[in-house]
Amino acid sequence: MAAASAIGYASSARLRPIELLPWALALAVFFFAPTYQPLAAYVLIIILFALSLDLIVGYGGIVTLGHSAYFGLGAYVAGVFAVRVTGDPLIGLAVAAAGAGLFGLVTGAVILRTHGLALLMLTLAITSIVLEVANKWTTVTGGADGLHSVPIQPILGYFRFDMFGRTAFVYCLIVVALCWWLVRTIVYSPFGVSLAGTRENDVRMAAVGAPVYRRRLLAYTISCTLAGIAGALLTQTTQFVGLSVLGFELSGELLVMLVLGGVRRIYGAFVGPVVFLVAKDYLAKQFPEYWYLGIGILLIVIVMFARGGILGILDGVLDRLRRGRR
Amino acid sequence: MDAFLASLVSIGFHGLAYGMILYVISVGLSVTMGLMGFVNLAHGVFAMAGGYLMYSLMTRLGLPWLPALALACLLVAAGSMALERLLYARLYAAGELPQVLFTIGLIFVAVAVARIAYGPLPLAAPLPDFLSGQVELGSRSFPTYRVGVIVAAGIIIAALWFGLERTRWGAMVRAAVDNRAMAQSVGIDTGRLFTTTFALGSGLAALGGALGADLIAMTPTYPFEQLVYFLIVVAIGGLGTLRGPFLGALLIGIGDTACKYWVPQFGAFFIYAATMALLLWRPQGLLGRAQ
Repeated sequence: MAAASAIGYASSARLRPIELLPWALALAVFFFAPTYQPLAAYVLIIILFALSLDLIVGYGGIVTLGHSAYFGLGAYVAGVFAVRVTGDPLIGLAVAAAGAGLFGLVTGAVILRTHGLALLMLTLAITSIVLEVANKWTTVTGGADGLHSVPIQPILGYFRFDMFGRTAFVYCLIVVALCWWLVRTIVYSPFGVSLAGTRENDVRMAAVGAPVYRRRLLAYTISCTLAGIAGALLTQTTQFVGLSVLGFELSGELLVMLVLGGVRRIYGAFVGPVVFLVAKDYLAKQFPEYWYLGIGILLIVIVMFARGGILGILDGVLDRLRRGRR
Repeated sequence: MDAFLASLVSIGFHGLAYGMILYVISVGLSVTMGLMGFVNLAHGVFAMAGGYLMYSLMTRLGLPWLPALALACLLVAAGSMALERLLYARLYAAGELPQVLFTIGLIFVAVAVARIAYGPLPLAAPLPDFLSGQVELGSRSFPTYRVGVIVAAGIIIAALWFGLERTRWGAMVRAAVDNRAMAQSVGIDTGRLFTTTFALGSGLAALGGALGADLIAMTPTYPFEQLVYFLIVVAIGGLGTLRGPFLGALLIGIGDTACKYWVPQFGAFFIYAATMALLLWRPQGLLGRAQ
């Protein structure tokens, strides 16, 4: 059973109690640690971003270095839309999701024709292009200064974004939970299994009649849409968008977070960002230079000794305990 | 019209110098990718190491320019050989994702170490007298440094091509790129071959990084910022060839210089867009063989 879940075929789609743990923790933050709500909202957003990456890297086997392009595009679309059209957050979220999804569909149609190095390079080129446009098109994006004090109206005209980040946190929590349910459903669906098949052996999948390219493109588009939603949430909850939502370094950091938690497990995308961002919150301010050194070494150690990440290590420990009891 | 011609000459000259340096740095990446299929995103780390080592050798130890360049190149080659044996070699059989993650980890480490050791500002080793000033060619004058870069890179490239096309070692490398299993079964030790090729590629990258430190600024984020250019050169040229990346490097060198000259407000936008169009047309690169 451990082996089956490791290659992405779920034995049962039924919800296990442990899967509710992240949401219980989120509610605990809301009730017992309200001062951490802004940080927790940010962590939730990055969890959604990592979850979208897990769908294509973990389940689809499409290794990308450019996922920040769609996150950043969603963030900028939400920001520009709020400044120029309307500050309604739900409409803004939908527009940003559509924009990122459409961009994902178009760029995915190009890059998924290639593989290996060419694919990696194209994903890198895409995020570089978006960064270049955001940097140079100053009349719309604000260039290097970004967009400050983006006007965001109350949700549904009623829930005002307060200065303690209460509304922002609940808003993020609901959106991320809905997206989590969507990803979980996809992964356990026949489509998800077929996607895992294209990762394991695309020639054989094509031979049994699966439209490999279309499956991958659909997964890529969904993933980009989710990344765009995450980006839009960041703009709306911080009322700011700047160049830091784009670029290769963010894509790289996101990969680190996902791998740290564990690839292809859904919940690796929860554990990784929590550990990474909480550690960053404490350590990066005190040792900014050694922080990146630490991440680099950590990444090398994970690749060499613990490919399954934190959840993989936990799995191993639990397995050993169970065997010991028998 | 005269001004336009002058700008053409200037773009051609600066683009050629930039393209030559890009080629010397990236060619090792093409060969290692072709030989082992290893996705080495950390290739720029070796170029950066070459540039910084040369700076240290000249300013701290007071070595003259040419010995410092040679020593920096040799040190990086030796260091990369150790790295290859200790770490890279464990990942040849692993998939693409572990290779990508491992090399990104190397970049993070290198960037942090460079920032701690050298600070965030760009550094370059001082140029010797014979490379400063201008050279008169016809009615125009060109900076000696760039002329020197073009000449030196030309000599390196000629030596490399001779080595791969005319020597026994070159024949073994080409055989292994064509068909590794077959090469192995006729008695070529591909593991050792790869180690030497990797060291050569890294040494060349260090040479290019040190030689081109005044063209591509040497800052701690060098491996991140230049990565996409090295990858573009290799991807549009074609993997596992020497001529492909040469063509790619010249196209990128001249194209990038032209874009910066004529449409600076667009930055590198056209380079990326052209690369995407080109790979859509030929996914295996200009001179790469179809898989």
